[in-house]
Amino acid sequence: MTLQLFLLTAAGLFAIGLYGALSQQSIVMLMMGLELMLNGVILAAAACWYFLAPGGTEGQVLIVVVVTAMAVEMAAGFAVATAIYRARQVDMTDGAADLKG
Amino acid sequence: MTVAFWVLAAAAVVFGFGVFRLNSMAQVTFSLLASFVAVAGLVLLLGLSYLGVVIVLMMVIEMVIMAVFMIMYMMNPAGLMPMAMYHNKPGAMAISVGTFVLLATGILLVDWPRRTGAPAPDLTFALGRSLMGEQMLTMMTLGITLFATIVASVVLATGRGRYDRLGDDLDAPRADDPLGGGVGR
Repeated sequence: MTLQLFLLTAAGLFAIGLYGALSQQSIVMLMMGLELMLNGVILAAAACWYFLAPGGTEGQVLIVVVVTAMAVEMAAGFAVATAIYRARQVDMTDGAADLKG
Repeated sequence: MTVAFWVLAAAAVVFGFGVFRLNSMAQVTFSLLASFVAVAGLVLLLGLSYLGVVIVLMMVIEMVIMAVFMIMYMMNPAGLMPMAMYHNKPGAMAISVGTFVLLATGILLVDWPRRTGAPAPDLTFALGRSLMGEQMLTMMTLGITLFATIVASVVLATGRGRYDRLGDDLDAPRADDPLGGGVGR
């Protein structure tokens, strides 16, 4: 159990999430990829707290922030998905490429 | 400890990969949940008992809500056919593998600082004190952000609000509804 092993696991989760967020067409699956990336960030924050500066509480506070960010991302993401589906029946990211430039 | 670490780390990554490999939406959701629980287990292993339990509780609820939305918005929720909903798969794979290699190189090459300080005797108490003390600004920002999210998601998810029905000044004599009926109309 070393810092490097924890961070490598976190990097693996982050990379898998990035792959999902970039490659999935479904908006819901894309959000799962984002959640998986944040999952890796939680693990990295906990590991950095434990192995580098266990005296402070900054690592714990960072985990609280990331967990909140996950909840916000889910709620806002599904609200946007609902709005765009209601407006024009889009449930794939390719259908919402208006801002592509 | 070491065995638990390897089991949980492998579970987190394997279930995380399963999210984009499995065919049924139910399996995908619970695979993501299993990955979160494994990470929560690793957080518990590091001694953060409160945060580990918070992650488990939050993610169980979040994934169950997510399952409802998945069935609403997925084109193939039952998983009766293999799901192939990718775009630019090779590019995405190259970027994510490249990201992992870059991160791994940094992780293995950086000369990490030595461990300083010792964990507080009661970590949950220390976290609470910190959130209500020197990290108060963080806590207040989180609170405002969550409140803004509530307002924004209700506004976005509302199909027809009272301004659509009763006009901008809310003074229309009759509500403009697509179908008649209801109380007093």
